[in-house]
Amino acid sequence: MKKRQKRLLLVAGGLTSVALVTGLVLNAFRDNLVFFYTPSDIVADIVPMERTFRIGGLVEDGSVYRGEDGVTVHFRVTDTAVAVPVVYHGILPNLFREGQGVVAVGSLQDGGVFKASQVMARHDETYMPPEAAEAIKRAQREAARTVEQSGGY
Amino acid sequence: MIAEIGLFALILAFLLAIAQGTLPLIGAARGDVALMAVGRSAAYGQLVFLGIAYAMLTYAFVTDDFSIAYVANHSNSLLPLQYKISGVWGGHEGSLLLWILILGFWSAAVATFSRSLPREVLARVLGVMGLVAIGFIGFTLFTSSPFERLLPAALEGRDLNPMLQDPGLIFHPPMLYMGYVGFSVAFAFAIAALIGGRLDAAWARWSRPWTAVAWAFLTFGIGLGSWWAYYVLGWGGWWFWDPVENASFMPWLMGTALLHSLAVTEKRGGFKNWTVMLAILTFSLVLLAAFLVRSGVLTSVHAFAVDPDRGLYLLAFMAVVVASSLTLFAWRAGKVGLGGGFQLVSRESALLTNNVLLAVSAAAVLLGTLYPLFLDAFGLGKISVGPPYFEAVFLPLMLPLLLLLGFGPRLRWKQDSPTEQLWRLRWIFGVSLVFGMIWPFFVGNWSFLAGIGAFLGLWIIGSSLKDLVDRLRPRRESTQTLGTRMRRLGRSYAGMQFAHIGVGLAVIGITFVLGYDDERDVRMAVGETVEVGGYAFRLERLEEVQGPNFDADQATVVVYRDGQRITTLQPQMRYYFSQQQPMAHTSLHRGFVRDLYVNMGEELPGNAWVMRVYYKPYMNWVWAAVVLMTIGGLLAASDRRYRIRVRREDEVLEDDAKLAAADAVKPEGNAEPKPAG
Repeated sequence: MKKRQKRLLLVAGGLTSVALVTGLVLNAFRDNLVFFYTPSDIVADIVPMERTFRIGGLVEDGSVYRGEDGVTVHFRVTDTAVAVPVVYHGILPNLFREGQGVVAVGSLQDGGVFKASQVMARHDETYMPPEAAEAIKRAQREAARTVEQSGGY
Repeated sequence: MIAEIGLFALILAFLLAIAQGTLPLIGAARGDVALMAVGRSAAYGQLVFLGIAYAMLTYAFVTDDFSIAYVANHSNSLLPLQYKISGVWGGHEGSLLLWILILGFWSAAVATFSRSLPREVLARVLGVMGLVAIGFIGFTLFTSSPFERLLPAALEGRDLNPMLQDPGLIFHPPMLYMGYVGFSVAFAFAIAALIGGRLDAAWARWSRPWTAVAWAFLTFGIGLGSWWAYYVLGWGGWWFWDPVENASFMPWLMGTALLHSLAVTEKRGGFKNWTVMLAILTFSLVLLAAFLVRSGVLTSVHAFAVDPDRGLYLLAFMAVVVASSLTLFAWRAGKVGLGGGFQLVSRESALLTNNVLLAVSAAAVLLGTLYPLFLDAFGLGKISVGPPYFEAVFLPLMLPLLLLLGFGPRLRWKQDSPTEQLWRLRWIFGVSLVFGMIWPFFVGNWSFLAGIGAFLGLWIIGSSLKDLVDRLRPRRESTQTLGTRMRRLGRSYAGMQFAHIGVGLAVIGITFVLGYDDERDVRMAVGETVEVGGYAFRLERLEEVQGPNFDADQATVVVYRDGQRITTLQPQMRYYFSQQQPMAHTSLHRGFVRDLYVNMGEELPGNAWVMRVYYKPYMNWVWAAVVLMTIGGLLAASDRRYRIRVRREDEVLEDDAKLAAADAVKPEGNAEPKPAG
């Protein structure tokens, strides 16, 4: 092979592998995005079934109870407008509390129960998970708008 | 008084940084020897004043001076002394002070150990280090002073976050910062070379040991952080693809690429532009890491309190650094000649492939880390990218890299015969393939992926050792003893071997711990037994115990295997006096092929707790790998050729001439004594 042909081959090979890798990365990326939804989104039925996503909000007061086995936990996550039942199997974070912000990763089961594979609370005493804050903000904005509209007529 | 002395020292250090960042550069441009000499004195002075500032803050911690806001927020009079000392870097402001202290240390180290550099080069390197120092000391002074007073003074401090009260915290940040900040030296060398318009083998030789040391510290720092998450936080994992972990992993990947690319530049004079680019990118990723952690855009255990000013400052600093160095690169890089040519199968192309794969990996991590932040910043929705993405991307990128690693160190520069190398390694390849495929049977259920992982690990270790044996084999006419032959290989070679064998161990460890770990959350009452990973865990008793600044519930769990008692674990749930939050304290039993560990969760009625029980196979192999890689980096940096003599410009040029000559005539037999690390 001549030098020039060799170089062409090298460049072609390089470009092909770059294209391959880019495709691979973007494909993996698209398949593994985890979206965020608020409890209101879930109640409004815009959330896909059987796909992993995150929800955020406050742990509703008085909603936490443990199952018979001692390991399954049930609680409700609220954005102050609506609440969604959540079930989780395992140890909750140390700072998990009723009335406090929480973010959970999991998927929606039949019957509208969110099955969490991971539950995250704040990790120090002065901090609220931003996604929990976001959920509440959205719900309150929605509530404010509803009030304004009804007030107008 | 203490706080004021500290602040004053910090201001003086800032002024010296300004002197260091301007005068030597002007001096180098004008050929003014006196101005160039300022760099060294300014670097030493800066270190002294940063040391004073740091000592003042430490003194305030040790003497419980709660009139300083930072101390009041991160300490407590009951805190054990070692945590008062390490608590200095337990929050944003103090850790930043540590960061700039380490930056001062690196500047002074360059000033001390680079006496052999040409005056202009040293002046430019120190000048660039000074510019970087202006950025960081300014950041500390203007947005994050740790010396701010609290009026009126607090009676008692809020205490150090209990998660941070562990030996892991004592060492993790300093090591990590040594690594991060160490890459500023490689960056300074690259910028200095661009300014001077001289990028040659000598430049690579100066820059290489610094890069290797920084890389070693970064490796160790990341490893410690991982160990800390695994053990202290009791998360049961050691890597989560959390954005902050990624923030440290990106410079590591890029720095690894840089280390390998420097080898080509030093030995063959090739890849010059690419090497400079990598040095700039690595340091940019370090700045990105600082921004991600300190701006409040991320929320994780590492993220510090949110303050928009800080984020803005760092973003602006990063923008200035990246924009100016890339502009400089575009302006000057064209003047840099290309190195010697090479064939498709050669060590150069192996290292090029290594570089491409590592850079692509870093880019993939960057995408997964930044994309969610961008969406959020522009109000386009909140998403996150989980571990499945990173795993899906890393697997296909790492497989070829690891396979190549077995060949790379053996390949000759310029040109080699693929068939010959394959033939020489046929046994290593075959044996590691067979054993690798069999190994998983002994760990758990066989899987192809685990077999591949074990094979690659064995292949890397095997081919590394084979290379060592081949190089130690005496030539016919040689009368050297084995010891002499070993010494002749050099520390650079030894370092490479350590690091590569470390990679092999890491691959095996990661494969098995990912594939076969077992974790269960269970309710355990006193007297009950659970089975995890073939081990029986029996809860013997529950009791209350007291520590220096906490009370705790303690469980005693005895572990059996086949009726044999293995160990006793005593996890605790601690209640620190100064915090409302309880904190689980893990109990861990380490072993050669597995770790066992128990964490307490929550108390249940009926004298029972929810416990988390883990079986982690081959975990210690990963830690051993980190240690080997660290040793490797340090060994490589201490090679004799970096220390030997005062080099004069003409000698360096002569060297380049030799390189060019070597390009023209390729000696047969590959007598290259010191392969690239």
